[in-house]
Amino acid sequence: ERSDSQRTAFLLRKQWTLYSVTPLYRFYNTCLKDYARLLSAFIAAEKQKGLAVEVGAELDIKVTVSSIPDLKGSDRDQAAILVQLSLRSSSSPKKPEEKLVWSGCFCCVFGDHLSENVPENFTCLPLFLVNGAESYTSIVGTWFQKTFDCCFRRLAISPLNLSWMAAMWTGCKVDKISSAMELIFSVPCLPYPLDISYAIHPEDAKALWDTVQKTPGEITQEEVNVFMDCLYSHFHRHFKIHLSATKLVKVSTAVASAHCDGIIKFLQSKYLTGVLMLLTELAISQIQ
Amino acid sequence: HLTTSLPLSSEGDHLRPRIDLIVFVIDIKSKYSLKNVEASLAHVDASFFLGKVCFLVTGVGRVNYCSVDMNAIWKLGEVYCSPVLYCELELEGIRNATAQRLLRMLQICAGHIPGVSALSFGTLMRNSSND
Repeated sequence: ERSDSQRTAFLLRKQWTLYSVTPLYRFYNTCLKDYARLLSAFIAAEKQKGLAVEVGAELDIKVTVSSIPDLKGSDRDQAAILVQLSLRSSSSPKKPEEKLVWSGCFCCVFGDHLSENVPENFTCLPLFLVNGAESYTSIVGTWFQKTFDCCFRRLAISPLNLSWMAAMWTGCKVDKISSAMELIFSVPCLPYPLDISYAIHPEDAKALWDTVQKTPGEITQEEVNVFMDCLYSHFHRHFKIHLSATKLVKVSTAVASAHCDGIIKFLQSKYLTGVLMLLTELAISQIQ
Repeated sequence: HLTTSLPLSSEGDHLRPRIDLIVFVIDIKSKYSLKNVEASLAHVDASFFLGKVCFLVTGVGRVNYCSVDMNAIWKLGEVYCSPVLYCELELEGIRNATAQRLLRMLQICAGHIPGVSALSFGTLMRNSSND
């Protein structure tokens, strides 16, 4: 169990940009080293064309593609695939320094919904998490699209889904509640951009959620509505502003933080699978 | 006549023409608009719900801005026996088409179309949307 969390620890406390990916055609787990080689060649070719990043002439890009068998939900899910790009400085040939510059993780956590309905030669890894420069993302994405005939789309998270996350994550038991729960709202219809940040003491938020949730382990839309309405009325009582007329754009809790542009940060390894399961579901609905 | 909530102020009562159709506009991007509509519904006389009320949901073009649970809106249509129309006000074509639909509904509700009553038309619309 300890090794599990070590293998997935790389996901924690980093900002990941989310994409939904359609099933990959003729992707084989056994060919990962070949894929790394081909992708590496592709990146080198793009660099020749002058399309790659700011890299200097001596810096080499090393590509590794590996499988993370523990990063999945059920046995029916495909094991996650991790692609990493490192810059290798060849200045000292004896001890080449490698610096990880880009990571991309394809995964599927409880994605039966999608994988049940897909023909034989397709691999379902609907959720793609990226950490690193957009220019690398673009090159890697292009290669995958060309090679496996798949399609990447930024995963957007609606305010409705964000409020589910706020309720769900507030209910999670955390050992040491250190951070406040924060909701950020964007106010529409103004000539200048205006964001409202609403910070709630995590214990108060949990106490409120505990009075709302009827069945532990189950959450209904009604309960989420009541929870959010309580928070909104409290705010209105103090500031005379109707938060319900604004757009919820970001939710931060001790478990994770999520932004409507499809950016996530995992903060607790205990709930990693749970959050990934939710994101997988969102990715699948975006694809279908 | 356009208003942000009901009941209407009693000042203009004597000048106001007969109301033939009430369209409740719900912006899918604003939970507040749903709450506002729900509160206003309480002020509407029951006789209007025989085909003279409809719900217009706007902002449906942008799924990622959705702050309102769609089930709640469908339920509203069910509970108040009134049709639910969807549109995206930012697109001119859809805006015009929706305006024409509403105008047509208004003509029926005002009794300008012989042979079609507001009630029969309302029932027809709800039955076809259930299919």
